Amino acid sequence: MEEGKEVSRSVQESTAAYKIIQETFGAAVSALDANETMPFLEVLESGRWVEIALFMRDHAKLKFNYMACMTGVDYPAEGKVGIICNFQSLALLNHKLAVKVKCDRDGGCIPSVSRVWHTANWHEREAYDLFGMIFTGHPELKRILCPDDWEGYPLRKDYKVQERYHGIKVPY
Amino acid sequence: MGLLDAAVTRHNVLVTSVDNVLNWARLSSLWPMGFGLACCAIEMMATNASNYDLERFGIFPRSSPRQSDLMIVAGTVTMKMAERVIRLYEQMPEPRYVLSMGSCSNCGGPYQDHGYHVLKGVDRVIPVDVYVPGCPPRPEALIGGLMKVQELIRMEQIGVSRADALKKLAEKAQDPRFIVERERKVARA
Repeated sequence: MEEGKEVSRSVQESTAAYKIIQETFGAAVSALDANETMPFLEVLESGRWVEIALFMRDHAKLKFNYMACMTGVDYPAEGKVGIICNFQSLALLNHKLAVKVKCDRDGGCIPSVSRVWHTANWHEREAYDLFGMIFTGHPELKRILCPDDWEGYPLRKDYKVQERYHGIKVPY
Repeated sequence: MGLLDAAVTRHNVLVTSVDNVLNWARLSSLWPMGFGLACCAIEMMATNASNYDLERFGIFPRSSPRQSDLMIVAGTVTMKMAERVIRLYEQMPEPRYVLSMGSCSNCGGPYQDHGYHVLKGVDRVIPVDVYVPGCPPRPEALIGGLMKVQELIRMEQIGVSRADALKKLAEKAQDPRFIVERERKVARA
């Protein structure tokens, strides 16, 4: 089989990192989607997300010390919203991995990892502001881009802009 | 001055030259509070800088609204910022003018359809005197807009309200298509 030639080195490293996570957490994580651009896994039991995060950051062979980005996503077909986090092991092991966590649209919660990686603090506030998922355990979960009394979650697919804000007409 | 504007409400010989001198003084040293919010701010800075120099018109940018008589709203105004724009506008001493620079502050610009947090034109919150179209307007266009503000100041007299002065300015406007056609004919010849 020519799989060793087809699969690039970085994907191989991500797969190796994934295997370590899977050995410990088993069914709590999904299978690895080993694509070239962004190899990712999905955390199926979001209750264990903080545990998995700490493991990824502290384990000697993983050492994911840098959360490069956290994005919110709306999955209208499934009725869920979620986050996608990109991790790298900066200057240590030089591998990368992405993690997806989903929750329900109405009142869904994802545990906050802002105490694991401080980058997550503002990224989670942004995801909350624009998508509406609650991050439990976040030190200061309030809107960051829109004003505090804005109505609705703008980046959801079914968002309708409000008519007036403080007496100012909003739509064109 | 109190005697003059209390006793005189219509244009007459006594007030003409005083009007002219005062207006000339005001338009020759128009101090803007450049309210640069986004990309138009870069063009405003370029206009202030050496090649298109605004200082030669007496336009010397001030950072505080309390010391300025013109506010150039340059850039996208968001809803959060709109409340601050109102506050700063109210802090400017009269007579004050507002120049809206660029598409975003004219009408919401490229964020017209989907910009949920963008104010669709700063004239929804403060009264604007001159609009400069462009995305961003070239420095020459901004200078043209500032010259329009200067013309507006020339139209003003003691006892004439701002709305009337704006009407007089609009009457003086020329149809640009006519001018463009005329210039093209001359160029072809």
